[in-house]
Amino acid sequence: MNRPTSAVPGLAPAPPAWRVLKSLVLLACCLLVIIPFLSVVSTSLADAQQVNSTGGYVLWPDNPSLDAYRAILNGGTVSRAMTVSVGVTLVGTLLSLAATASLAYGLSRPGSFGHRPVLLLLILSMLFVPGVIPSYLLVKELGLINSYWALILPMMINAFNVIVLRSFFMSVPRELLDSARIDGAGELQTLWRVVIPLSKASLAVVGLFYAVSYWNSFFQAMLYMNESAKWPMQLVLRTYVVNNATIGAGEASAAGAALPPSYALQAAILVLSVVPVALIFPFLQRHMNKGVMLGAVKG
Amino acid sequence: MTGAWHGATSRTPRTEGDGMTTIERPARRRAPDPAGATGRARRTRTRRDMALFWFVLPGTAVLLLFHYVPLLGNVIAFQDYQPFIGIADSRWVGFDNFDIIFNGDDAFLRALANTLQLTLIQVVFVFPVPIALALLLNTMVGERVKRVVQNILYLPHFLSWVVVVAIFQQMLGNSGLVNVFLQARDMGTWNIIGNPDLFMALLTSQVIWKDAGWGMILFLAALSRVDNELYEASAMDGASRMRQTWHVTLPALRGLIVLLLILRLGDALSVGFEQIILQQTAIGIEDSDVLDTYVYNNGLVAGQWGASAAVGLVKGIVGIALVLGANKIAHLMGEEGIYKKR
Repeated sequence: MNRPTSAVPGLAPAPPAWRVLKSLVLLACCLLVIIPFLSVVSTSLADAQQVNSTGGYVLWPDNPSLDAYRAILNGGTVSRAMTVSVGVTLVGTLLSLAATASLAYGLSRPGSFGHRPVLLLLILSMLFVPGVIPSYLLVKELGLINSYWALILPMMINAFNVIVLRSFFMSVPRELLDSARIDGAGELQTLWRVVIPLSKASLAVVGLFYAVSYWNSFFQAMLYMNESAKWPMQLVLRTYVVNNATIGAGEASAAGAALPPSYALQAAILVLSVVPVALIFPFLQRHMNKGVMLGAVKG
Repeated sequence: MTGAWHGATSRTPRTEGDGMTTIERPARRRAPDPAGATGRARRTRTRRDMALFWFVLPGTAVLLLFHYVPLLGNVIAFQDYQPFIGIADSRWVGFDNFDIIFNGDDAFLRALANTLQLTLIQVVFVFPVPIALALLLNTMVGERVKRVVQNILYLPHFLSWVVVVAIFQQMLGNSGLVNVFLQARDMGTWNIIGNPDLFMALLTSQVIWKDAGWGMILFLAALSRVDNELYEASAMDGASRMRQTWHVTLPALRGLIVLLLILRLGDALSVGFEQIILQQTAIGIEDSDVLDTYVYNNGLVAGQWGASAAVGLVKGIVGIALVLGANKIAHLMGEEGIYKKR
């Protein structure tokens, strides 16, 4: 029976009042997500007069200006932090992807040498989480305090990502691998020329997940980076927005000019620390919607 | 994909793209060679397998160094650890560090109480939200609307805790959007951020805002797998919409709900570390300390390395016991749990 009023065939149609209520609830949920973003972006674009007249946050800028962004991206703390964050994210993601793909490929054939202990090691690493204190002591012993490697190496391998990628690698038809082998390809060539091109979508998702986690990581930096010149964006955001430290000329280095109101500056810092995630999000979404991840998430 | 690799390896069933929730245990032992394998074939296979081993090496090395070495580092829980002396030379003190736990140090007990309270609140108030959202969205008409709503709702999951906390402060703080709105209408200010009485509620709403949409995706995926014929058959039998939801929709979610509850239970002692660290100064330690922040504040900040490592160690062990216990219960209930029962 065809029931156009129900999204799920066979499910009895909902009473109209319930349908309206449902839409309203979902609309309200969406607004709860959208309005904060809108307000933060608006405040970062608002001019001094408007911010001062409302005494804080604005919902829509009357005379949008980029003053706040010009002030903080002038070679001071924030621009340096952006560079650090982008660098750590790029290098980290590349290393993570290489190590994860390699590990996943090495584990993609049950029965190979070392397969069982390594897989066990990987799975158990999700259960046994080392505490904060021993991890800190290790990084300190290795002399990585204030080194950018401290932001990359400890989070380079995510066992979960390895297992996802491995299950995709395992679904590559064996005939393809066999024919590559007959054509004389070694394992490295097989991985690079056959397996990786076939798993591009899942590699992309795993890479994006790594990128987001590097960009968002804050606690590692708080533990390991004592020099504020090496702070990534998240730590700057914490200092100047969450902890409300004063943003002075040193941080913004707006030569001579009066600084835009601190609310606008804070909002601009907040926007900058979200922008890369916002740029990545559509790609993530497309792959997720394709069902790449959903297929792997069994209900 | 059935059959063996290169005609010579194991016949263990493989996970077919379901690796994310159900992780198979590694095969017990290598399957014996099929009868026909000659010495040369075996040698070829061994050579190939060695090649695979090189692929595993870099990742395993990183895992060993940054995951398993720190696990061993937990031995400082049994030491009077002094950073300038090092693990090798610090004095061994047996179980002295565990006195905090067994004799019930006040600060520790407070952190434990806060942790359990927060976990309970979150299981009751946070856990059902994604399910409710998924049920609402699943029955919406119109694929495009559905997709847009879904994408908007799970976006916050990809924001860091720093960003989420900052956004909440900017919205609910004394000069935030809500209070600007109230002041403009002469309704005074509502002190939300930095108010110990509202702290748990604030934490809980932050968790919902950040992760409910993401949780919803998992439930939507499970719902999309429900066989529509079940609805049609139940409609034939005269089931109302309520009864269809109760008898068809919800049972389809049961496995996932059990799985997520197990994982949540395993995390019962670790709630909102980054989230709380970020907001602790405004609230004060007493009302905001949980076990993880206690370990951090006591160990890394105050320098009580051994005692904090001891708390961290016990917390980890209890967490593992909780996961395994909950998983056992799930198996007894006939659910799959975290890993398949063999």
